[in-house]
Amino acid sequence: MKNKTSVIPREGEAQPSRCPDNSAFKQQRLPAWKPQLTIASVLSSFFLTGAFCLTVGVCLVLSANSVREIQINYSDKCSDCSKLRENSSNWNKECHCSINFTLKEDILGDVFMYYGLQNFYQNHRRYVKSRSDAQLLGRNVNIQRSYCAPFSTYRNGTPMAPCGAIANSMFNDTIDLFYNYNSSMIQVPLLKTGNSWWTDKNVKFRNPESYNLSSAFAGTARPPYWQKPVYLLDEEDERNNGYVNDDFIIWMRVSAFATFRNLYRRVRHVRRFAEGLPAGNYTFQISYNFPVTRFKGRKHVILSTVVWSGGSNPFLGIAYLVSGTAATLAGFVITGIHLKLRKKKTYFQKQ
Amino acid sequence: MERCAARQAPEEERRVRANAREYNEKFQYASNCIKTSKYNIVTFLPVNLFEQFQEVANTYFLFLLILQLIPQISSLSWFTTIVPLVLVLTITAVKDATDDYFRHKSDNQVNNRQSQVLIGGVLRQEQWMNVRVGDIIKLENNQFVAADLLLLSSSEPHGLCYIETAELDGETNMKVRQAIPVTAELGDTSQLALFDGEVICEPPNNKLDKFGGTLYWKENKYPLSNQNMLLRGCVLRNTEWCFGLVIFAGPDTKLMQNSGRTKFKRTSIDRLMNTLVLWIFGFLVCMGVILAIGNAIWEHEVGVCFQIYLPWDEGVHSAFFSGFLSFWSYIIILNTVVPISLYVSMGSVTLSPEPSSCSVEVIRLGHSYFINWDKKMYCAKRRTPAEARTTTLNEELGQVEYIFSDKTGTLTQNIMVFSKCSVNGHSYGDVQDVLGHKAELGERPEPVDFSFNPLADPRFQFWDPSLLEAVKLGDLHVHEFFRLLSLCHTVMSEEKSEGELLYKAQSPDEGALVTAARNFGFVFRSRTPKTITVQELGQAITYQLLAILDFNNIRKRMSVIVRSPEGKIRLYCKGADTILLERLHPLNQELTSVTTDHLNEYAGEGLRTLVLAYRDLEESYYKDWSERLHRAGSAPEAREDHLARLYDEVEHDMMLLGATAIEDKLQQGVPETIAILTLANIKIWVLTGDKQETAVNIGYSCKMLTDDMTEVFVVTGHTVLEVREELRKAREKMMDASRSVCNGFSYQEKLSSKLTSVLEAIAGEYALVINGHSLAHALEADMEVEFLETACACKAVICCRVTPLQKAQVVELVKKYKKAVTLAIGDGANDVSMIKTAHIGVGISGQEGIQAVLASDYSFSQFKFLQRLLLVHGRWSYLRMCKFLCYFFYKNFAFTMVHFWFGFFCGFSAQTVYDQYFITLYNIVYTSLPVLAMGVFDQDVPEQRSMEYPKLYEPGQLNLLFNKREFFICIAQGIYTSILMFFIPYGVFADATRDDGAQLADYQSFAVTVATSLVIVVSVQIGLDTGFWTAINHFFIWGSLAAYFAILFTMHSDGLFRMFPNQFRFVGNAQNTLAQPTVWLTIALTAVVCIVPVVAFRFLKLDLKPELSDTVRYTQLVRKKQKTQHRCMQHAGRAGSRRSGYAFSHQEGFGELIMSGKNMRLSSLALSSFAPRPSTSWIDTLRKKKGGEGSSAGSPSGVADKTLRV
Repeated sequence: MKNKTSVIPREGEAQPSRCPDNSAFKQQRLPAWKPQLTIASVLSSFFLTGAFCLTVGVCLVLSANSVREIQINYSDKCSDCSKLRENSSNWNKECHCSINFTLKEDILGDVFMYYGLQNFYQNHRRYVKSRSDAQLLGRNVNIQRSYCAPFSTYRNGTPMAPCGAIANSMFNDTIDLFYNYNSSMIQVPLLKTGNSWWTDKNVKFRNPESYNLSSAFAGTARPPYWQKPVYLLDEEDERNNGYVNDDFIIWMRVSAFATFRNLYRRVRHVRRFAEGLPAGNYTFQISYNFPVTRFKGRKHVILSTVVWSGGSNPFLGIAYLVSGTAATLAGFVITGIHLKLRKKKTYFQKQ
Repeated sequence: MERCAARQAPEEERRVRANAREYNEKFQYASNCIKTSKYNIVTFLPVNLFEQFQEVANTYFLFLLILQLIPQISSLSWFTTIVPLVLVLTITAVKDATDDYFRHKSDNQVNNRQSQVLIGGVLRQEQWMNVRVGDIIKLENNQFVAADLLLLSSSEPHGLCYIETAELDGETNMKVRQAIPVTAELGDTSQLALFDGEVICEPPNNKLDKFGGTLYWKENKYPLSNQNMLLRGCVLRNTEWCFGLVIFAGPDTKLMQNSGRTKFKRTSIDRLMNTLVLWIFGFLVCMGVILAIGNAIWEHEVGVCFQIYLPWDEGVHSAFFSGFLSFWSYIIILNTVVPISLYVSMGSVTLSPEPSSCSVEVIRLGHSYFINWDKKMYCAKRRTPAEARTTTLNEELGQVEYIFSDKTGTLTQNIMVFSKCSVNGHSYGDVQDVLGHKAELGERPEPVDFSFNPLADPRFQFWDPSLLEAVKLGDLHVHEFFRLLSLCHTVMSEEKSEGELLYKAQSPDEGALVTAARNFGFVFRSRTPKTITVQELGQAITYQLLAILDFNNIRKRMSVIVRSPEGKIRLYCKGADTILLERLHPLNQELTSVTTDHLNEYAGEGLRTLVLAYRDLEESYYKDWSERLHRAGSAPEAREDHLARLYDEVEHDMMLLGATAIEDKLQQGVPETIAILTLANIKIWVLTGDKQETAVNIGYSCKMLTDDMTEVFVVTGHTVLEVREELRKAREKMMDASRSVCNGFSYQEKLSSKLTSVLEAIAGEYALVINGHSLAHALEADMEVEFLETACACKAVICCRVTPLQKAQVVELVKKYKKAVTLAIGDGANDVSMIKTAHIGVGISGQEGIQAVLASDYSFSQFKFLQRLLLVHGRWSYLRMCKFLCYFFYKNFAFTMVHFWFGFFCGFSAQTVYDQYFITLYNIVYTSLPVLAMGVFDQDVPEQRSMEYPKLYEPGQLNLLFNKREFFICIAQGIYTSILMFFIPYGVFADATRDDGAQLADYQSFAVTVATSLVIVVSVQIGLDTGFWTAINHFFIWGSLAAYFAILFTMHSDGLFRMFPNQFRFVGNAQNTLAQPTVWLTIALTAVVCIVPVVAFRFLKLDLKPELSDTVRYTQLVRKKQKTQHRCMQHAGRAGSRRSGYAFSHQEGFGELIMSGKNMRLSSLALSSFAPRPSTSWIDTLRKKKGGEGSSAGSPSGVADKTLRV
């Protein structure tokens, strides 16, 4: 016993006190905010949420309703061309198709022209990965090692530029819009640049460096389904040619779903079309190249305006209205339940 | 430094020759070096990696990684798997390395202890690890025994030597070991150096109480038994020195052989998780199959036609095969539902997948640190903080239903204090304040001053001055009372220097009594086999010791027969009241009734009582009796019976002297702790090696047993039938009672399954006390269920006289049938088996050895800390872990299931919805820290409340917070979230355009929108789940959101894209997408739709069916304090029923040892032959003191003075 009492203090001196620190952290006494679901906070949050959702919903529905949109399925209307394209051996035969439509009212403001595809699985895993971003950045890379296969090189070893399934399947119909004014066809001026993201146009896509574009792509070949090489995509505008062609860039931004629309052209606000599209008869002149019937696809051409919330999709507005209503109703139901059962609760507390 | 040698092949027998290292080296016995560490610097990496890849989870990861390298299957880039895998491997490796470092350290510490080894005739200091088999080593008092030794000789006569085996078996009684006579004479090093005996003995084994061998020396054979062995781990006590021959060293020692690989313990949540992981795995495979079938159909119907734009991969020629490949692709991207991801192995060798994710381990580690840091579980006296020795069991602390507690050292301090006594019908010992009222604890007056007595033990304290007054007044009864205490015992005394007495009591009770007598002036000074010398009020008187009628379990009493110097023969007896009161002379009737009242009073306070009595013996009667005793003693047959009968005869017609009350000092706060734990619906079973009376006594004093209890069943049957009958009766009684309560509800009897349910609904409070031998029958296979049913129907169960093995069996039994979490708490090595068996083992780090602590999962130094460990730490841990797991499953399902829905829209092609970096970082960066902070810091109610409302503990026991139902709710919530997470953006994006006219629904924008709304929704959800927002929670939650956006913009930045165009193809996406009001409106809508229903459900649940914790929180909010429950439990009933017994932790046989004089020191024998030295007289001291005090002396001493003069 004696031994022990003499030993223990010595140990204690040798090592500093083993007593834990009295800090708030170690003693789990950190100051803390302890939120609780009280009737007041829950109800106020429900009604506030409801009010917010209803307001937003109303705004969205109203603005979506102000969007004007015309959608024409031309793969059905141009059935001759569709049939022609079903046979891939006719790939180099030209096929033109024109579609008439009438605008009963003026479409004012910016008017955008889209092509829409249905049942085209741009979001398929093998499709999505089948590209080489390094190549599209103008780098000299060995695309054999990219995911472009089987659209990476020809049998003779010539690399495709651009490579991959996405690029190969690029939408290549040309659509022109004509305004039938007093039985004369006036081509509606359309802008083909400025339709893609700035980052895509200026960062993500670059042409290979060389003194001119065709030499930059020397040693490469066009993808098999293309009718012309990449450096001839837009012969008129040097800044819209090669990889930095807007149509190409937009196509390369793959869609999330099998049904999608891509921006094709914008109406240029000049002369007669300074305000938008005036009412009247119009004609789409379509050079039909892109086959879709094989995979039961459809092609549309769409004219639309936009508002702050984008195009004419009513879903978001309706969803907001529904959830706003639901939240408000839930608020009332909760109030009702709470009031009805409050007696019981106080009784419980007295116990 | 020399390392320990590897293990040799098992040996048949062991030959050891003393002082012959070369000879012994032939056998290549293990050296005394101990190695518990696993790795060294060189082997660490390969061995550790090899071990880690034996884990199923890691192999699974590796398998996934290999799958991803197949281009046709790969749906994710390789790093999404390898980053977590490397992280997991690294964390595990670091953890293993730290563990091993500490093992190295402790090994070194033990191996470097010093011991004296006899080498070449000289004693040399050697490190323990350099001790070899066959060496002779010298041990000194209070030293640990370094290896298993054959005791050769010691400083004590007859080669005796005392050891404490606390570390081995937990018994604190001193044990005697004796050298065989031939070697006992080898007292000095020169003789020992020449000793060349050879020992042939059994090979190393783990039987602590058996040893068989033979010593061959000088052409003679001497048998050796366990009685001659000193085992490693023992401590030498009361022995100056001893020499021993090393027989087993290091890993061969019985101690090390006993410390088998500890069984890896898992919590019930772990086990549940194992099941859940399998289910989730099944679910994963189902999803994989559905999507694979979808893929086959799609490829067959659509994909075939789409081949012009998207030809099939090389080698894929049929839709069916494509489906097969897509199955694996989906397994890869959907595997995040299985929480096996981020799994850290626990260094165990289990083969089944351990679902504990990395975060789980971090949380558990955090909780363990909180336990270690808890100031309220720090014992200042012993300077020991609580320690969580395993980090894996914390949440189970919140689910404990059964506590198995050791008694001695756990509930009690094993310190006996002479607290009260009743002499001649007068009770002494009540603490009184100035006004004569019984004082409450804490306002004690000064203790009685024993300074008049130079031989008094300064540590002894007594609070009632009237007893000393009575002594000084010369009350003959009081004198006789203390004379008895100073004579009737088996204590040995040691007087190192004049007046400095040291008692070596075999049991602390006796020590307490003799010390009390000593302080009251009846100092037991020394003894020889035939005499006892007592200093009676300063005057040395030597009594002739005629006989010791030793204690045993049946007699429950002990007596001595002494002849006073005047020649009178008197028998002094002390024993259990039940026994002794029957043996009193009829004259005592009046006194008996008064004393009985006192006994009842003492017992009510939980004190251990003894009754003291004497009897004068006629010389002639004694002569006759002693002759008969002598004859009986030498009779070859039925000696015990004869002796017992003779003892019985002489212990008759005794005169009552009084009664003593000894306080078996409980550990601090034990009754309160037990009361609180009982309120928390935890059943406490005491398993003790002590005797029934002692155990029951303690049961009462720590309020496990109360007099309010309907009945306390005592099972003491010796045969199977008796035990069965007793258990049956107990059950019937309980059933009868409950039946009468239930107003004639008739139950089907004899239906075992129903029986259980009926018994569980028992109305009254019952307790069961069962004895060790009955327990042995009760634990047999055909009776264990019966026993368990009976025991579980009782509120308290006490098992006494149980062996360490039985302790473990009882725990095992409850574990097996009850499916409840068990906790075993103990302090000694005898508790090790039960500590290891129970789900949770708690060791009391007290004075007694460290075996229990080493085997335990948690250790602290006071039983009362258990309530904090369970009710605060355990409850919180459980709550936090459950909340964590719910959220974890929720967020992973919400995250992963989106891929499943997307599968239906992307041709089942295993295209991911998110960017690959998001998939990689979602679990480890974006969502891990907030939930981790919640898992570590969350508190539902403050700690004081969980003590005030022990009922708050119940959800854990009932497993309410995380079970299969809760799991499905989380999963459902996760799936619901994932549906909204996919379909709302889908609805918005389909056909939508941006505000600048461009397409909105491109894949990358969709990915960013879904990912952002997912991160926001799960962050809001964790905000809802977090009930305790500390600064850290704030930091992590806001920080995670900030980190998400920061990383998002970095990943989508131009710079990274220019460096790795093929890796960072989302360039410019963040700024383009997140600039869209539509996108933000979509995110907001998703968040609202995901969260609002959850809030509604939670609030309604809270409002209509609040849990107790909710109510507590609520009441706290409105600052109402309900303390009714608290008040209820403070004053448990105090009325006492009489419980007493010769409650000594006492062994039979010491009387004989004393009478034979074997254990007497030569010096003390010599001393006793002298007349006791005239010490400074007691009276002188008193006089001097009196003079100093002057006239202001109080009445007691004045009275004493007067009587003395008379």
